[in-house]
Amino acid sequence: MLVSEFLNDDRFELVTDTINDKLIKGAYCGDLLSWVMSHAKKGDLWCTVLTHANVVAIATLLEVSCVIICESAPIESETIKKANQEKVNLIKTKLNSVEVIKKLWVENG
Amino acid sequence: MDITYDFEVYANDYQNAGNASSEIKKYLMQIGFTTKFIRKIVICAYEAEMNIVIHSLGGKLTITIDNKKIILTSTDKGPGIKDLDLALSEGYSTATEAVREMGFGAGMGLPNMKKNCKFFEIDSSSKGTIVKLSWEIKDETFS
Repeated sequence: MLVSEFLNDDRFELVTDTINDKLIKGAYCGDLLSWVMSHAKKGDLWCTVLTHANVVAIATLLEVSCVIICESAPIESETIKKANQEKVNLIKTKLNSVEVIKKLWVENG
Repeated sequence: MDITYDFEVYANDYQNAGNASSEIKKYLMQIGFTTKFIRKIVICAYEAEMNIVIHSLGGKLTITIDNKKIILTSTDKGPGIKDLDLALSEGYSTATEAVREMGFGAGMGLPNMKKNCKFFEIDSSSKGTIVKLSWEIKDETFS
């Protein structure tokens, strides 16, 4: 599934200016950055409630397909600015990480 | 011939933290190493960079590449690690509560670095900490 296809759902909102369309190859949920850094993989959809700018640094280093900011965690403006600069797909949702993965599972098979 | 790049890393600079690792990654990609090989070095660079930001008074990351090896050195200006054995244990961290709330301080920094490099050396005193990591360059490390 592409990030653009994933976004065909009202419960998700792209907060960065444009989609940098990528294939979602897997998923990782985590809020401990060292764990994310060593376990998430290129192409993963990453679910987190962390919203500071370092999230974008990790997303860039790992080349994840998108970052889903779950449970309406408020996103710092600096994070959005950096995500736009680095072309990281930053997406917000009211859903929690389990509900996000459930959607991915059901729709992606 | 050795090629060396230095990247300054500032204490408590969370906005720019990760930039040095990102530059190192771009450089390694230009050389043409495999994604798998680069990933190991980038994990180490990120952890080293964050350790300088979170725990030190500032420092630098240095990457040196020759025909046979890559050496990544993290050098900071102190205050040093009080108990190295504990710092090398998974899950142990001296990070503050505020830093932990940002998702750092999992106590996996040094263990992750040790796990992802071929050779690991660490020396720490009140004047600073030096972590030296290296990897062998082989035919299979090129894509």
